[in-house]
Amino acid sequence: MSNASMPETTRLATNPVRWLGRATLAVLQEVGELAVFFLSVALASLTPRWYPGQILRQMVTIGFYSLPVVGLSAVFIGAALALNIYTGGSRYGAEQFVPNIVVLGITRELGVTITGLMLAGRVSAGIAAEIGAMRVTEQIDALSTLSARPTRYLYAPRFLAGVITLPLLVIIADIIGVMGGWAVSVFGLGFDSTTYLRNTVDFVTTEDIAVGLIKAVVFGGIIAIMGCFHGDRSTAGATGVGRAATFAMVGAAILILAFNYILSSLFVELGL
Amino acid sequence: MSPPLLMLQDVRKSFGAKPVLDGVSLDVAAGKSLVILGGSGTGKSVTLKLILGLLRPDSGRIVFDGDDITFSQGKARERMRARTGMLFQSGALFDSLTVWENVAFRLLNSERLGRKDARDRAVASLKQVHLAPDVADLRPAELSGGMQKRVGLARAIVGRPELIFFDEPTTGLDPITADAINDLILEQTRALGAAAISITHDMASARKIADEIAMLHAGRIIWRGPASAIEASGNDYVDQFVHGRAVGPIQPAL
Repeated sequence: MSNASMPETTRLATNPVRWLGRATLAVLQEVGELAVFFLSVALASLTPRWYPGQILRQMVTIGFYSLPVVGLSAVFIGAALALNIYTGGSRYGAEQFVPNIVVLGITRELGVTITGLMLAGRVSAGIAAEIGAMRVTEQIDALSTLSARPTRYLYAPRFLAGVITLPLLVIIADIIGVMGGWAVSVFGLGFDSTTYLRNTVDFVTTEDIAVGLIKAVVFGGIIAIMGCFHGDRSTAGATGVGRAATFAMVGAAILILAFNYILSSLFVELGL
Repeated sequence: MSPPLLMLQDVRKSFGAKPVLDGVSLDVAAGKSLVILGGSGTGKSVTLKLILGLLRPDSGRIVFDGDDITFSQGKARERMRARTGMLFQSGALFDSLTVWENVAFRLLNSERLGRKDARDRAVASLKQVHLAPDVADLRPAELSGGMQKRVGLARAIVGRPELIFFDEPTTGLDPITADAINDLILEQTRALGAAAISITHDMASARKIADEIAMLHAGRIIWRGPASAIEASGNDYVDQFVHGRAVGPIQPAL
């Protein structure tokens, strides 16, 4: 069968590069609309009226239920990081720097990026599917007719919950990630537990942790906004909702990685 | 004659290059029931969405109780919506909330009523649509299609609206349940003294609930008259629709 005669879905499935390229282009094309959407949600988040019940509910959904995912990802990343640093460090006889580099890598970079990427899958796609299903079943129109603006009632609470809970999750991911590195070092590589922990605590600075937490706020916003944006634009049918979830996840993940780089370079400029 | 409660003047709306409404003019008097008939894809739903402000017309005027609401947003729009109710085709109940929270949604979120009072009013509203109080704590997903429609109706009438919109109220229901919904619509709009605008392609429903019938075809109102005159409209399009014939001036949308 020639490439051109294949059904589109098959062609896309057999050519992930094309699929990724198309998704990326679609994301770029929508930057303008996305910016307008973001500004309206941010404005609604900063001004009354707020729906505290909705915010709390979203904090539980986004934050609490993500704890297992975040904890498991962090512990494995921390453990693998320690192993790799040990291998690399042993080439220069610098194995003793494992705790220092683990805590630096986790707090400034990996804790927040891994949490962000995992939540792009778990939360962004989930929000997009939920909002998309509400759009398709006219629940969003119903909200409007009942004098509750979707931006305030649905999107702002998710945005606020993302921005508030992601830093909290990242603190937990940082701790668990460092403990993953500690466990491998102490039980696998023969480090002394007390020395390892002292090195970690002495080395890490407030700036390291702050850098990760500032990124977390931005990533939390991205995750919520991408979910709401794509859900809101969802077209009818199961395919429409599925696409919304996919776009939300891919878009959030790419934006997280891009902003991770942008923010990292900004922090370097600022000397943080 | 008193001025109409709602009036549409030469309303036009296109999606891309495709005109959906091509100059629709309509009006409904307080307390009267207008049914808009039309085939699939003739712009019936779009008409309702334009009136409710969920879509914006390209041109024309929409006047509610003397106020031009064509493009109104914010407070002016909410004042209009507070005086109207809408029963969505699929019910559009919020599946994250219980039945009574759905019914009382406007009371809780817009009128800021206490939960106890709101619940009492929701249960009273459910009783009006012949649903028992023990339904109040169920989730919409636990209800049958007919019950969901009833809950949707209870939500539409709980704010004592002056104008209620019905989007295909009987679609997807068996004839007996459909007739029960028609009875409820009649009963409740009369009890409230509310005007109603219904869109449907169900002739049995239209005959039952309409004071007046308007037929929408190709983006225009091609016939309008009292419900009793629908059988003798003298209009070929209306005749074809009323009698459900595949052959006639209207091409079946296949």
